[in-house]
Amino acid sequence: MSALQHPARRPPIYGLMAEFRSSDDLIAASHRIYEAGYRRVDAFTPYPIEEVSEALGHHRSKLPGIVLGGGLLGGLGGYFLQYWSQVLVYPMNIGGRPVHSWPAFIVPTFECTILGAALAAVFGMFFLNGLPQPYHPVFNVPRFAMASRDRYFLVVEARDPKFDPDETRRLLTGLNASEVSEVEH
Amino acid sequence: MATLENGGLPAPLEKPYRPPIVAPGHTTASVTDKISEVVLQRTPKWWFFGFAASFSLLMVFLVSVTWLFVKGVGIWGVNWPIGWGFAIICFVWWIGIGHAGTLISAILLLLRQEWRTSINRFAEAMTLFAVACAGLYPVLHLGRPWLFYWLLPYPNTMNLWPQFRSPLIWDVFAVSTYATVSALFWYVGLVPDLATLRDRSSNRLAKVIYGFGAMGWRGSAAHWHNYETAYLLLAGLATPLVLSVHTVVSFDFAIGIVPGWHATIFPPYFVAGAIYAGFAMVLTLAIPLRHLFKLEDFITTRHLQNMGKVMLATGMIVVYGYMTELFFAWYSGNVYEMFMAWNRIFGPYRFHWYTLILCNAVVPQLLWLRRIRTSPLWLFAISMVVSVGMWLERFIIVITSLHRDFLPGSWGMYHGTIWDWGTFIGTIGLFLTLFFLFIRFLPTISIFEMRTIVPGSHGGEYTEVPR
Repeated sequence: MSALQHPARRPPIYGLMAEFRSSDDLIAASHRIYEAGYRRVDAFTPYPIEEVSEALGHHRSKLPGIVLGGGLLGGLGGYFLQYWSQVLVYPMNIGGRPVHSWPAFIVPTFECTILGAALAAVFGMFFLNGLPQPYHPVFNVPRFAMASRDRYFLVVEARDPKFDPDETRRLLTGLNASEVSEVEH
Repeated sequence: MATLENGGLPAPLEKPYRPPIVAPGHTTASVTDKISEVVLQRTPKWWFFGFAASFSLLMVFLVSVTWLFVKGVGIWGVNWPIGWGFAIICFVWWIGIGHAGTLISAILLLLRQEWRTSINRFAEAMTLFAVACAGLYPVLHLGRPWLFYWLLPYPNTMNLWPQFRSPLIWDVFAVSTYATVSALFWYVGLVPDLATLRDRSSNRLAKVIYGFGAMGWRGSAAHWHNYETAYLLLAGLATPLVLSVHTVVSFDFAIGIVPGWHATIFPPYFVAGAIYAGFAMVLTLAIPLRHLFKLEDFITTRHLQNMGKVMLATGMIVVYGYMTELFFAWYSGNVYEMFMAWNRIFGPYRFHWYTLILCNAVVPQLLWLRRIRTSPLWLFAISMVVSVGMWLERFIIVITSLHRDFLPGSWGMYHGTIWDWGTFIGTIGLFLTLFFLFIRFLPTISIFEMRTIVPGSHGGEYTEVPR
């Protein structure tokens, strides 16, 4: 998004990236940076670390609601499809049995519920995460490739109102970061 | 009392010792390197041999299917009274095998069985490929396979709709949902690992391809937060789904008023059989895989032993199913049901039944012995036996029930033709070909989940205190 901003109002760099050697350091740093009032902060880890997400203020995911919606849509859609096709437009009288034979419709309804919910879970997750995203500034730091191995990163965006190139750098270095580097746009 | 030292509370229970899930000495870096190296290294020689053999079998499949398309289902052994031959036997066999993958990836995740982490990725791949093989059979069995889309509800100029009261249509919904959800689950699990491969491969083309697959994944804390939620929800959705799939498959039989099929025991008995056969296949794949890729550090004896235990437990449920079937036949007092049971044990297919009992009930009893459960060679052999046994079980269910039902005037015999066997062996080729491609190009073990279980990592809820 920041790439679309007017060049004059765009900060000169994307932000500052601090590298940590251990997850404990990152967890401590996340708490400290959030307490210091920074909000445009993101951490990058090789595996999910709940403490970091919570330290940075990610408490509730919107995903469960989306999945519930997907499941309801799938289930209702599945039942409606059967009701409409078997009762309304293509009724078949087989030995005088009721055309609205709902017990027989349970299985496809169930499967459609699961399908709708699963599709909502996957595509909802990608949507909430803004993926696919072909470009992101953090990849401009060569050492960031280690984020998918055994290094832990914390990025403070320059757009954060509290951001100050020198002040923030000092804060990050003081948090036991092994390296602090600038992130180009 | 000694408990007073603990502030009056009872002393905490001592956890029984368990061997570690990952060999000692591994770190997040070493598991990353070791598993991605399998993909990024030069192709080992054995891979070409294995792939060539599998691909040849796949060609057998193409030949069989081509001839089927030219001549029709008459080239198979199916004829009245047995309209469901190899096609349905193999369909049930394959789809059953798939169930272990979802059990490992979803149910064991929800039950916090951490050892699943080393085997879930390739078990899920196995599920996908087994479902692909299974899905082919009903379509090929249609007679006019090119009109398979008539099974789906869609507005058409004929103004026809599928019969939603038929278990066969339930099957279409169950199997296609299962295939879709398994594929989604598998892909979601792969995304962070594809990002790892993107970051670690030096080849430009590989970087681009893995990069496409990773969709720009960067391991952001905000992303992981949604990702974990999605993964758990998918596991929660896949759990009832996998149980429903084989239940619906068993409805194909149980809804029909045929002696030997019309039984309430079918759904649980089928699901247990599916997991039994599936774990046998997971072991069949895991044992050579860990040896050839030298992944013994991750797929340890403890994993093999646990899988042996699951096989033993589900195998016993299946045996209980066999006994219940015989009991039902006797207790029903129904002459046709009783004859069906008699015919299975003493009729023309008795040797199939004896072999089935030997394979599924007798041989797996060896798994009670710890020495057998910890021996890869024994486990491999038993898994093979169980796979054969489970195939025979479906043969018995499909064939012995149909070949002598109510009227002796309409009795008959069934034997697979060379084209039946060709198609079956061919789907094994398809399965193995896909599996060889998978182990060559994608990480066979979930890297990011392995990082959470190495000692000292902050995997949160998945972490077990190392002892």
